[in-house]
Amino acid sequence: MKEELSNSTIISAKNLSVSYGSQEAFHGITLDIPRNKIVAIIGPSGCGKSTLIRCFNRMNDLVPSAKVSGDVFYNGQNIYGPNVDAVQVRRQIGMVFQKPNPFPKSIYENISFGAKVNNYQGNMDELVEKSLKQAALWDEVKDDLTKSGLALSGGQQQRLCIARALATEPEVILMDEPASALDPIATLKIEELMQELKEQYTIIIVTHNMQQASRASDLTAFISLDRTRVDDRVGVLVEYDLTEKIFIKPAEKETEDYISGRFG
Amino acid sequence: MPRELFERKIKQIQDEILLLGSMVEQATLDATAAFKNRDIPTSITLVEEDQMINDKRFAIENAILIQMATQQPLAHDLRLLASMLIVTNELERMGDYAKGIAKNTIRLANREIPTPVRDIEKMAELGVSMLHKALSAFIKEDIKVAVSIPKEDDEVDTLFNKCYQSIVNNMIANSKIIDDSSLLLWIVHDLERFSDRVVNICERTVFIKSGEMLEMSSNDDETE
Repeated sequence: MKEELSNSTIISAKNLSVSYGSQEAFHGITLDIPRNKIVAIIGPSGCGKSTLIRCFNRMNDLVPSAKVSGDVFYNGQNIYGPNVDAVQVRRQIGMVFQKPNPFPKSIYENISFGAKVNNYQGNMDELVEKSLKQAALWDEVKDDLTKSGLALSGGQQQRLCIARALATEPEVILMDEPASALDPIATLKIEELMQELKEQYTIIIVTHNMQQASRASDLTAFISLDRTRVDDRVGVLVEYDLTEKIFIKPAEKETEDYISGRFG
Repeated sequence: MPRELFERKIKQIQDEILLLGSMVEQATLDATAAFKNRDIPTSITLVEEDQMINDKRFAIENAILIQMATQQPLAHDLRLLASMLIVTNELERMGDYAKGIAKNTIRLANREIPTPVRDIEKMAELGVSMLHKALSAFIKEDIKVAVSIPKEDDEVDTLFNKCYQSIVNNMIANSKIIDDSSLLLWIVHDLERFSDRVVNICERTVFIKSGEMLEMSSNDDETE
């Protein structure tokens, strides 16, 4: 589409559709995620935004009724190919959820747990420190890493979850409304953190907050319900472009109506 | 349509911009008439009344900023509010041109010098008529009208060059009137700039509607 889009794609969805049982969640989505960019996915509730990013690391495999068709290429490899280990995919493409969900363990163990499971051979203390620093949490917790992760504030818990995701040394981080349960200051901290993280990682964020998408992302994808299908709610990709383009002069009337609050 | 309140506020601001526009139109026509008649008391009043234009500009600016701060406008709403801010500023500067004409009339007082009165009047009439059309196109977001207005500016420029030549020729012919005639140059310059700023308003109309930042000015002279 645009130069910035074509320049080194890390994830590429081709004609991707997902259904739960007989109900299609979204249909025929094709989009490329460029490396080291932040891509926001916006759209009304129930249009399949979360389902879409869950396809990017095969989280939907965990839902028995979910059926995925089409392809998702990660660094050129089809992650739905026959010999692909979904656990390995999730190690490379980490995820942070809406509600902070630290393990009921110490801060240290929250970070080291995944590494231990993965048979991490390096220095664990260094990994914990590095991950917490990258998640901009180190200075706030370094004095007592034995404290329970659950004793932290909501914003800190979310950064702990980001640190935990970073500890498996992924390339891509999927964020599903990571700040919707946080206050404005904690939200801005997460957004600032995202800007630092994109130097090393690629971030895909689902958000309901238009201001967050416009502040934090380089590219924005607008997914909406397919108007041609009146009987059911099926998501389709309406527009995908540079964030500034989407928020100043979107190409599609439907995008315009949605972002300026005149949707339906 | 869930943004009725916001849309009502925008409509109110647009009405205020139209009001500011009509204040500027009236001030320009009055200043030109007062110049023609060398009506000093009216000119003094016009200089004082420019403050009302300035005050209204700040009130509109404030109303726009409140909407930007509280409504998080995006896409068309954002382009509209940003353009209204710029157009309000243009109108205030156009008010200053009317004030400039009044000031120079006061300086000229009743001294007789050869003056291209009819052409100066014509420049003012053309500029005001352009402004009127441009503002109504701005509010209606009528691109067709907006892009048709700049060619009228060429006519103003032609009149400006004609006036300028005639004033300078008179100066050359009679060096005693140089001081006073230079005041006439300011007046025609103000009127020429007035219509240039109308063109700027038309550019904003195109921007609101299409998102394109289009340079429509037909001449390259952007001096103050």
